[in-house]
Amino acid sequence: MANMPYIAAIDAGIHQEMRRDPSVLYFGQNLATTENHEFVKEYGHNRVRVTPISETAEIGIAVGAAMAGFRPVVELYMAEFMLVAMDQVTNEAPRFRYMSGGQVKVPLVLKAGYGFACGWAGQHTGTLTNLFAGVPGLKVVIPSTAADAKGLMATSIRDDNPVVYLHHYLLTLEHGEVPDGEHLVPFGKAAIRRAGGDVTIVATGWTVGLALAAAETLAAEGIHAEVIDPRTIAPLDLETILSSVEKTGRVVLVDQATRHASVSQIIAADIVEHRFSSLKAPILQVTAANTTIPYSEPLEASVLPTAAGICAAVRKVCA
Amino acid sequence: MSVNTPNAERQIWIYTQMLRIRTFEERVKRTFTDHPGVIRGHTHLADGAEASIVGSLSGFKKGDAALATYRCHGYPLVLGSDPKAAMAEIYGRVDGLCKGLGGSMHLTDVAHGFLGTSGIVGAGIPHAAGAAWAAQIRGKEEVVLCFFGDGASKQGAFAETLNIASLWKLPCVFVMENNGYNVVTTSAQEDANAAAGEPLSIKAKAFAMPGVTVDGTDPLAVHAVVSEAVARARAGHGPTLVESKVYRLSAHGNIIAPPGVPLHYPEHEAITVFGNSAEYEAALRGDPVPRFRGILVQNGILTPEHAAKITSEVDAEMQAAVDFALKSPFPTLESALQYNYA
Ligand SMILES: Cc1ncc(C[n+]2csc(CCOP(=O)(O)OP(=O)(O)O)c2C)c(N)n1
Ligand SMILES: [Mg+2]
Repeated sequence: MANMPYIAAIDAGIHQEMRRDPSVLYFGQNLATTENHEFVKEYGHNRVRVTPISETAEIGIAVGAAMAGFRPVVELYMAEFMLVAMDQVTNEAPRFRYMSGGQVKVPLVLKAGYGFACGWAGQHTGTLTNLFAGVPGLKVVIPSTAADAKGLMATSIRDDNPVVYLHHYLLTLEHGEVPDGEHLVPFGKAAIRRAGGDVTIVATGWTVGLALAAAETLAAEGIHAEVIDPRTIAPLDLETILSSVEKTGRVVLVDQATRHASVSQIIAADIVEHRFSSLKAPILQVTAANTTIPYSEPLEASVLPTAAGICAAVRKVCA
Repeated sequence: MSVNTPNAERQIWIYTQMLRIRTFEERVKRTFTDHPGVIRGHTHLADGAEASIVGSLSGFKKGDAALATYRCHGYPLVLGSDPKAAMAEIYGRVDGLCKGLGGSMHLTDVAHGFLGTSGIVGAGIPHAAGAAWAAQIRGKEEVVLCFFGDGASKQGAFAETLNIASLWKLPCVFVMENNGYNVVTTSAQEDANAAAGEPLSIKAKAFAMPGVTVDGTDPLAVHAVVSEAVARARAGHGPTLVESKVYRLSAHGNIIAPPGVPLHYPEHEAITVFGNSAEYEAALRGDPVPRFRGILVQNGILTPEHAAKITSEVDAEMQAAVDFALKSPFPTLESALQYNYA
């Protein structure tokens, strides 16, 4: 185990796979512009390259290289920058395996940060997770701990499909224990971050920390919350969520996205469809307000989910 | 001296505007140390590009429009926006140009013709063409100035828009501020023309429009080139691509960090990434603001006393902007939900 920040753990995952597999490529904007870049030094410019600000070409080139046998990891920095290349992400990369009747595969990783709600205003703060989750052929990964950041990155690179790997910008410097050596975290396997029998809280990314803080407060009040972190939202580990709901009968879903663009909508629908009879109270969702993120600090704080908001929702479903 | 040379009074105006931008942005930069936490997110300064900005806007008429990027503090100050409101926006206050909702990257002042700023590289280029189409339909000989960086010319939106703008003869002037960098990537590392030793204005050839490269640190040279392009656009002959060569004298922006980490401006990437302080120092020696002042003094257009008076007036104006912005209250929480729909 090594204690390291989330951001370093992501790099550790890329290194792990680049060392063992020469077909892994790493490229994007503003990286590897000098010979001192750690990835350039270790893997050389054939595999590590800086690109112009050309997301459509960057992601399209990744699709082509993947079809031709490589495993590209594209550094995109912010999830929003993928939006200028939305065709490549949602209507090219995930389509070719299917349309070719299984002849080709498109193993690539689109690495992008999201949710940077700390004064980045309207165009750089989105929680675009669910935008990608409903696209057949795409996998969507949202690590919330340093260990998962490494293990999920490695699994993303080994996966034979296009993977949107969304790291949370507010977690960048959060430290955690990260396993040394080969570390892989499976897709479609939720983590139970805290066990409890009274209420099920499902949260992703940065909101996992809010949910855990809320659970701590609630425990002092005698309410024992189970906090589930799906870790990947496509595939989504419904089984773990549903069995928790069977036990608790009460559900609060937390998401940093605006309500109708959130993963919590999908989870809520599936819970209602599959475990309606277990529910003892309506499902409550704690999401961002339905708004573009404002720049001004108090306004920004007021539109995001909070631990206090989660506590209030839990008290309501447990009342 | 060409017919396009502004008269003495106008040259003093140009210098004053350059100094206003510089001083305003020095205040922005100083805020990170004088008032930690007051500015959040990402700011981008135009220091080194003042001559290009003012030279480009010096022929701006009522009814014309300008659009720019996240590096947007300079333009509205020249177009007549109140620096108090601009600073209040950067501080996230209710009296800001955009009521504290947009911040540093999105200054907008429609009343003064500053139509919008996108934080997404290249995204503003088609917006400008759209505004130019509107101007073409209105038929009042209005033009649109579109400002963007060298890096943005590598976006699909650039190629797509320049083609349409030329095809439709839109009254638009595309001013590419080439500061030699996209963050930590040099032009030669990301641009095929630059790598081949060609000027970036050569890209205009692909779209059958004039392409001109100008020294963006010389406001009179920029004025001459842009005003000719503006005249062409006003006359209905279509767009021009102007490559204005500048050097940004600060880092790309303040550091990028999660909450809790104090923000500041690091040194320029030429030094921190490429270890090339010689390049940076040469640019600093060519700083367009003191250089233009020197030229005006040398030409007898400005006396040292007059220059000193302008400096103290601009200092006072920008100090007042800081004082005002610090005192301006935060917007009400309800206003966070207010402008999602018209
Ligand atoms: C589509 C997109 N990709 C990446 C970014 C991140 N980014 C912000 S500014 C910038 C550099 C732009 O360089 P240039 O166009 O030369 O403008 P400059 O900042 O030098 O003025 C980059 C890559 C972005 N905002 N939008
Ligand atoms: Mg640039």
